[in-house]
Amino acid sequence: MDINFVIEKFVLITILFAISLLIAMYSTYAERKVAAFLQDRLGPDRAGPFGILQPLADGVKMFMKEEIIPANANKWLFMVGPGLAMLCACIGTAVIPWGQDMVIGDRVIPLQVTDINVGLLYIFGVISLGVYGVMIGGWASNNKYSLLSAIRAASQNISYEIAMGLSIIALLLVSNSLSLKEIVEQQHGFNWNFWYQPLGFLIFMVCAFAETNRAPFDLPECEAELNGGYHMEYSSMKLGFYLFAEYINMFVSSTVMAALYFGGYNYPGMDYIAAQWGPTWAPLFGTFIFFMKIFAFIFFFMWVRWTIPRFRYDQLMNLGWKTLIPLAIANIIVTGIVIALTNNF
Amino acid sequence: MGTSVFYFVATLSIFFALMVVFAKNPIHSVLYLILTFFTFTVHYVLLNAQFLAVVNFIVYMGAIMVLFLFVLMLLNLNKENEPNKTALLKVVGIIAGGCLVVTLIGSLKSVSISSPLLLKNPSLGLVENLGKELFGPFMLPFELSSLLLLSAMVGAVLLTKKEEKNNG
Repeated sequence: MDINFVIEKFVLITILFAISLLIAMYSTYAERKVAAFLQDRLGPDRAGPFGILQPLADGVKMFMKEEIIPANANKWLFMVGPGLAMLCACIGTAVIPWGQDMVIGDRVIPLQVTDINVGLLYIFGVISLGVYGVMIGGWASNNKYSLLSAIRAASQNISYEIAMGLSIIALLLVSNSLSLKEIVEQQHGFNWNFWYQPLGFLIFMVCAFAETNRAPFDLPECEAELNGGYHMEYSSMKLGFYLFAEYINMFVSSTVMAALYFGGYNYPGMDYIAAQWGPTWAPLFGTFIFFMKIFAFIFFFMWVRWTIPRFRYDQLMNLGWKTLIPLAIANIIVTGIVIALTNNF
Repeated sequence: MGTSVFYFVATLSIFFALMVVFAKNPIHSVLYLILTFFTFTVHYVLLNAQFLAVVNFIVYMGAIMVLFLFVLMLLNLNKENEPNKTALLKVVGIIAGGCLVVTLIGSLKSVSISSPLLLKNPSLGLVENLGKELFGPFMLPFELSSLLLLSAMVGAVLLTKKEEKNNG
């Protein structure tokens, strides 16, 4: 392990962390602008030109607010909750391949923090862990509404994890690998997994919406029934952490969808660009394309939020258990049969 | 380095496992149990069983313990409605615990330290090799255990269905 390796990884992790926070910060701004656009309003426009300093103003406001811990709350767990939500949101980016190997001088730098050979399952594990932040925070608040919301979040996440796992299995049948690097490399050029797994992608995307607690699946923070949900007792930056974690989760799930189904850093004509620009700049352009796809997904998340109304709880459970899971199983069977036929006959 | 990491993680596992028993609040117990499972995941990684590690992480930490927590939160156990423990119950508990300790010590005496087990294939725990083992030589036990899980699931669904009929 040489010192360059340590520096490389350290720089990469720092950049990723900064980008996650920056994107989450500007997602709050983008969300309000997109909402305004869809509702034919202007949106925030006071802080700076076009209101682009709005997230900074919001951040300062969050920090300056009084911090209140309810008297009957479990203090230790009350603080652990938002921290855990933030931690689970941030560690997901570690296994994402952000670009092809970059060559600077005679050094090859992989644009990925670590390529573990169970990368896809790692992502899945991090997602399944994410519910603890909500559950612990909701319970520790010692408030009935928070507790109800925490329980809702838990049952929702568990239900949709199953369909998500099943849709990933169909993808694995196509890709033959659990390593995210290999899955993305296989989608060279325009050979994206979406063309092979359109139904799998649809199921995965619906589940991603449910796992990130985004509308139309934002029942854990359903203000009409629960007075605000699991973060009702939270104030100041602890509330900020919960809201922030949601946006980081949205960024990570957009990244995973773009990487698994839409080719990640691959784009049509990438060989031509690679020949023209050389091995230092072409991978960076691939990363740029990757981020464009991610932003498109984030926009889609917001578009859906301001278009589709919230599900009722029984509708949510019906959709998860009676529609998505059977569809995902059928998808696995059909994929398996097609692969068996094309390989053996 | 491997051994020192092992001893560190093993100490943590035992500490968290003890905290599961000693914690007064059932929710705290479950949270300590989650930490215990996390240290097990680290143990699996140290043994180079990556698939087992990540499955332990997803299934035990991410799903089963969420359900445990879910049920305990619904039950809302706290000191007021905890059943009273009479002196008789405590004596019986001490006797039962003592019997268990004696049995464990007795069985420990007959155990001899085995020679370190060397895997023929150190990368057996990787997904591909594990899958080939499970669907090759161990096909029958694997399928049978999946059948067992399926029957348990069908049984659980059947139980809830019956209750629904009686109520309605």
